[in-house]
Amino acid sequence: MATARKKTARRKSAAATRRTVILVATRKGAWLFHGDAQRKTWKVDGPHFLGHVISHLVLDPRDGKTLLAAAKTGHLGPTVFRSTDRGRSWKEAAQPPAFAKAADGGGRSVDHTFWLTPGPATEPDVWYAGTSPQGLFRSADGGVTWAPFSTLNDDPQFREWMGTAQDGTPDGPKLHSVIIDPRDARHLYIGMSGGGVHESADGGRTWKTLIKGLDVVEGFGFDPLQPTFHDPHCVRMCPSNPDRLYQQNHCGIYRLDRPSDTWVRIGKSMPKTVGDIGFPMVVHPRDDNRAWVFPMDGSGVWPRVSPGGRPAAYGTTNGGRTWQRLDDGLPQSQAWWTVKRQAMCADNAESVALYFGTTSGELWMGRDGGKRWRCIARHLPEIYAVEAAEL
Amino acid sequence: MKVLIPSALRSYTQGGHAEARGATLGELLADLDRQYEGIRFRMVDEQGRIRRHIRIFINGTQEHDLARPLADSDEIIIAQALSGG
Repeated sequence: MATARKKTARRKSAAATRRTVILVATRKGAWLFHGDAQRKTWKVDGPHFLGHVISHLVLDPRDGKTLLAAAKTGHLGPTVFRSTDRGRSWKEAAQPPAFAKAADGGGRSVDHTFWLTPGPATEPDVWYAGTSPQGLFRSADGGVTWAPFSTLNDDPQFREWMGTAQDGTPDGPKLHSVIIDPRDARHLYIGMSGGGVHESADGGRTWKTLIKGLDVVEGFGFDPLQPTFHDPHCVRMCPSNPDRLYQQNHCGIYRLDRPSDTWVRIGKSMPKTVGDIGFPMVVHPRDDNRAWVFPMDGSGVWPRVSPGGRPAAYGTTNGGRTWQRLDDGLPQSQAWWTVKRQAMCADNAESVALYFGTTSGELWMGRDGGKRWRCIARHLPEIYAVEAAEL
Repeated sequence: MKVLIPSALRSYTQGGHAEARGATLGELLADLDRQYEGIRFRMVDEQGRIRRHIRIFINGTQEHDLARPLADSDEIIIAQALSGG
C-alpha cells in the first residue's frame, strides 16, 4: 500500500514538470499545440509543411525530442520528414518507405505513408510505418532509411487479401495500427483496411491472422473466414495490459483478451440509435477497462458523420460491458462531424484528457476522460491525425 | 544542361533553375538527386515511373521515357500538373 502511494506521488511529481503537446496532422500541413501545466491554454506552433498532406505526426516517447512526419503533396511523391529538436528544424529521410522494385516494372509504389509507430524501448532507433497501398516498413536508424517487409508486402496470399486500390478506404487501402508488444519486440500486430488483423511472433518473418469473432458486412454472402472481407479501422493495445486489445472495426467495436484469438463484439451494448460504427479507438494509459470511441452514422449509405448531427464520444469503464455518452460542451445539434481513425487520442496525465480533430478542422479537448469538452482550435484544414505527447 | 524547377521542388534546389548532366533523362534525374538528395523520389516512383502529377518536357515536348537520350543543348522543364483543392 505504501509502495503504491509512493508510486502515485512520484507520478504526480513527474507530471507536474511535464507539458502536453498535441500533434495535429492535416491535409494541408501540421501544427503543434503546446499546453501549459494545467492544459488550460495552448500555444500554437505552425503551420509546418504548409500545403503538404501530413498523414501522421509522432513524437518519439523514447527520447522526447525526435518527431517523424509522414508527408506528401498533391504533385510529389511521398516522404518522411524528421526533426531531432522537437520540430524546430526538419530533414527529409534519406530513403523513405518504398516497395521493392519489380523486375517487370509493374510493381507497386507507395502513394503515402499513413501510419508511424515508434519501436519499443529496447530498440531505441526502430520505427515502423504502414502505407497506402498497403505495406509494412521498418527503420533501424531513427527513420532515416526504411526497408520493406517482403514477407508481407510481396506475399501472394497477403496481396490477394489486400485487394487493389479500388478496394477499401476511399483514398487508398491502408496498413495501420502497427503495434509492438512492449514485453517482446518480436511480437507485432497490424491492421489492414481491408485485409483484417494479423500478428507475428517472430519479428515479421511469419504472420497469423486474427479475425475470429469479427463480423463482415451483411447481405452480400461474404465469408467471415476470409481476411479480404475484414476492415479494421483502428486497433489499440492497452499500455497497462498488453494482453488486451480493443478494435473499432467497419462492423462494430471489439475487445480481444489474449491468449484467446476470438474478438468479442462489445459494441452491442451501445445505444441502438447510435450504433457501434466509427473510426478511432482510444484506450486509457493505465486502466485496461477504460476505452473510448467516437461513433459515426453507419446506416443507409453510410454517411459517416455524427449520428443525428449530435457529436459525442462514448466511454466504457468496464471493458465494454456498458457505455456512457460524453457530450458535455459539444454542439447539441446540426454538427455533422467526421473524426478519422488517427484523429482521437488520450494524454498520459493523472486526470486523463481526450483530444479529437474533425475533418472540418476543429480540435477539441475532453477533460476528465471526456466529461467536459472545449474547443482548442477552429479553422484548421481537414484533420487526419491527433497525437498527445509529453515534453 | 539547364533544368527549370517547379515551385513544389524548390525547397530542394533553393531556386527556379538547376544545372545537371546526363546522357539520358534518367541519368539527368540521378544527377539532380546527387546534388539535391531526395528530389528524384518525389518525381519518380520506386518502379521507375514518372509520378502522376509530374510532367517533364524536353525542348518543349513532353517525355515519359527515362531512357530518352539527351544532348548538351537540350532544355529541360519539370512541371507540376494538379488541379483541385
